Amino acid sequence: MTLLHTPFHERAAALNRLNNWGAWAGFTTARCYGDTAMEHTALRNTVGMIDISPMVKYRITGPDAVAYLDRLTLRNVAKLLPGRVQYTAWCDDAGHLLDDGTLFHMTQGSFMLCSQERHLPWLLDSAMGFDVAIADISDDLATLAVQGPCAAWVLRMAGCDVAKLKPFELTEWVFGTLPVMISRTGFTGDLGYELWMDPGIALSVWDALMVAGALRGIRAVGSDALNLARIEAGFIIPNLDFVPADQAVREDRVRTPQEMGLAWMIDWEKGHFTGRRALQTAAPDWELVALDIDGNVGAEGAIVYQDRRTEVGVVTSGAWSPTTKRNIALAQVRRSYATSPRLWVEVYAQRELQYAKLMLKATQAQRPFFTHARRRATPPGDI
Amino acid sequence: MPMPSSDAVIIGGGTNGLACAYALATAGRRVTVIEGRTLGGGALNTEFAPGFRVSGLAHLVTHLDARVMTGMGLAQHNLRLSSPLPTVALANDGVHLTINAGRTTGPDAAAWAALHGQLMAFAQAVAPLRQITPPRLGNGLGNDVLRLARVAFGLRRMGQAQFREFLRMMLINIADVLEDELADDRLKGAVAFDATLGAWLGPRSPNSLMLLLNRLAGDAPQVPLGGMGAITDAMTKACAAKGVVTRTNVPVAQVIVEGGCATGVRLSTGEDIRAPLVVSAINPRTTFQTLVGARHLDAGFYKRTYDIRSRGGAAKLHLALRGRPDFRGADLRGRLVIAPSVGAVEAAFNPVKYGEVPARPVMEIVIPSAHEGGMAPDGQHVLSAIVQFAPHVPPDPTAARAAMLANTMAVLEDYAPGIAAMVEHAELLMPYDIAARFGMVGGNWHHGELSVEQMLFLRPLADLAQYATPIPGLWLAGAGSHPGGNISGAAGWNAAAAIVKAGA
Repeated sequence: MTLLHTPFHERAAALNRLNNWGAWAGFTTARCYGDTAMEHTALRNTVGMIDISPMVKYRITGPDAVAYLDRLTLRNVAKLLPGRVQYTAWCDDAGHLLDDGTLFHMTQGSFMLCSQERHLPWLLDSAMGFDVAIADISDDLATLAVQGPCAAWVLRMAGCDVAKLKPFELTEWVFGTLPVMISRTGFTGDLGYELWMDPGIALSVWDALMVAGALRGIRAVGSDALNLARIEAGFIIPNLDFVPADQAVREDRVRTPQEMGLAWMIDWEKGHFTGRRALQTAAPDWELVALDIDGNVGAEGAIVYQDRRTEVGVVTSGAWSPTTKRNIALAQVRRSYATSPRLWVEVYAQRELQYAKLMLKATQAQRPFFTHARRRATPPGDI
Repeated sequence: MPMPSSDAVIIGGGTNGLACAYALATAGRRVTVIEGRTLGGGALNTEFAPGFRVSGLAHLVTHLDARVMTGMGLAQHNLRLSSPLPTVALANDGVHLTINAGRTTGPDAAAWAALHGQLMAFAQAVAPLRQITPPRLGNGLGNDVLRLARVAFGLRRMGQAQFREFLRMMLINIADVLEDELADDRLKGAVAFDATLGAWLGPRSPNSLMLLLNRLAGDAPQVPLGGMGAITDAMTKACAAKGVVTRTNVPVAQVIVEGGCATGVRLSTGEDIRAPLVVSAINPRTTFQTLVGARHLDAGFYKRTYDIRSRGGAAKLHLALRGRPDFRGADLRGRLVIAPSVGAVEAAFNPVKYGEVPARPVMEIVIPSAHEGGMAPDGQHVLSAIVQFAPHVPPDPTAARAAMLANTMAVLEDYAPGIAAMVEHAELLMPYDIAARFGMVGGNWHHGELSVEQMLFLRPLADLAQYATPIPGLWLAGAGSHPGGNISGAAGWNAAAAIVKAGA
């Protein structure tokens, strides 16, 4: 089937000089509009706008919504107040990760779960025994991420003051006659907002932000630059950094939250949730490790070795980070080697038609590789 | 938290609940049995019309577990069973065929003896499986390796040719076997009926032979003196003598789960009964869907408990008769089967697939008043029949019940002319009536279909097959667990053994 166009496609197509498109959840979205380095630079130094409409969105309502979500996800949903957002994850019965995502408590008892992969059958199965209604609202909302140090400034110039909006908070901006929901969330590890709107006003909002941000060099950003920013931020993505348990074909590919650095999410005090009993007794075999690798060749897909000989893991995401000027990577490493000082990665670097095999020293690093105080500051300040 | 007054609380006082209670009490536990209605489950007597008494659901004993019979000393508590009943394959021309296990008359006498002998050899090889906790797939999982090895040895001891034949026949349908080996429609019909009795499949459905083997692994049918309620009476007395406390007419509203563990039950009255061990001898689907609830269970598991297939195809007929019915000369003390051919059984199954009532149902008839006095007023008789197949979710339940009764009476009139005119009172329990009255989901008398994909280590689900559940402190002991129902007590006894072995 032909890939679908997002509500922003008309504008994105006009700007996409390279015609460089990628498939994302059935939609065509820009990988790069013209220059990934420039787009990444905009995210880190001014402001960038990313069409994230293909994100999958489910609305969850009903008297048992909180109980349902507490049973579905790892974190404590009872503590998620209306107007706030929670980064969370969920597992199958065996405690293996199905996905991570963001949970929006929009108004009292009305939630939106936003994720990379589709989960309607699982959400419906999980709804048995709960008085809840689940609806796939993915196509009902156009979504635009406005990310970067000038993001709040751009929104203010467009007529929406978000200075008081705290991280993971929601607010509403009335654009013309229709509401735009704004969350202080994002995937870049910096100041940023995500705008959720009726598809009918998508182009008008895009245009308004482009005009408002012109003086700060606002620029449409493709998924390549976004991916670079999220690696710097140390975020993981399903089907890149882990295989969702319901999609995994090989039985050793599934991972628990603990194995993917998400142990902090699990609220053991809230009562039962799917996978709890399995996770209580699970002995993690793997660990998500942030690596700093010698040289400047991106190490994505590289095998991780102990002492250059024993295979102990794999780099799932890796890139030269322009912001930190380091060669960074996220890797799944067997737990017993996760803190080893003798890790190496085997990278194949293509140099003028020929691959050079490099064995590069890798040292453990802190996640996130990049962060900034304005990410958490309220008001975020201005530059 | 109040101090527990019992070591174990058992939900459901049916055959399995009582067997489990007795076995746990024997192991030194203080046991309380909570029953929502009256004790005995499917083994009970009812007086459905003044002076007419009948076994309310099950009407023959075929699978009463020997460990339960002797272990509970049921004979000492006055349980008396009749001698085995011959099966009489009724013919509407009066030329009936009597079958006594492997012996019969007519053209198939020799062929049936051979086939029966072979099937019995298979059945006896697998019969010991009924009395063990189903194995888990894998090593070092606490399986009863010795007893499993004994079963494997029993199979191998049949010899290579017989073992190959066993593998060939294991998953086959009964109709093919009967058509290969036999010629007499009366015999073929009766055997096809036996294979599908209590199941939701026809003789041409895959795996129907396996159900016949399960049946042959039991005993020849017998009638308890005093009706099926006599079994319950004897089990109740045995339990009382062991100090088991029983409470009846109090439904359990929920299993109390605290900190992820079962810690007791809450009754419909609001009263809590605390115990570190909760054993559910009722339907497994009801146990998880209603008593435990989704909040305490993983989503995938909870859904699978809903998906346990449990369609009932058997209806129960009770007739109060003013006189002695005449099945064209058949001995009324037999087990009378109306299933004139394999095709007749299959044709009776076909409509229920579409929620419809068969035009010519097949049935198993027992006349309790022919065995002993007191079941009906003098000179009068009472008839009990299991009639197959009845739809479990017809579009119009009332109309389906009426149609089923009319069609059943038409068949009966054909085989026992004049019987309709003798009927003083008739009661027909459709699968949905049985579901409502006995808590059997879908009206399936095994509390979950007994079929290859829901047998042994897949019964009721792979992760519940060893009687333990994901909730520490909660165990299963009902017919929904291995080896199924049929007024046996085996599941309850097995569960108690598993509980004691686990030190739970």
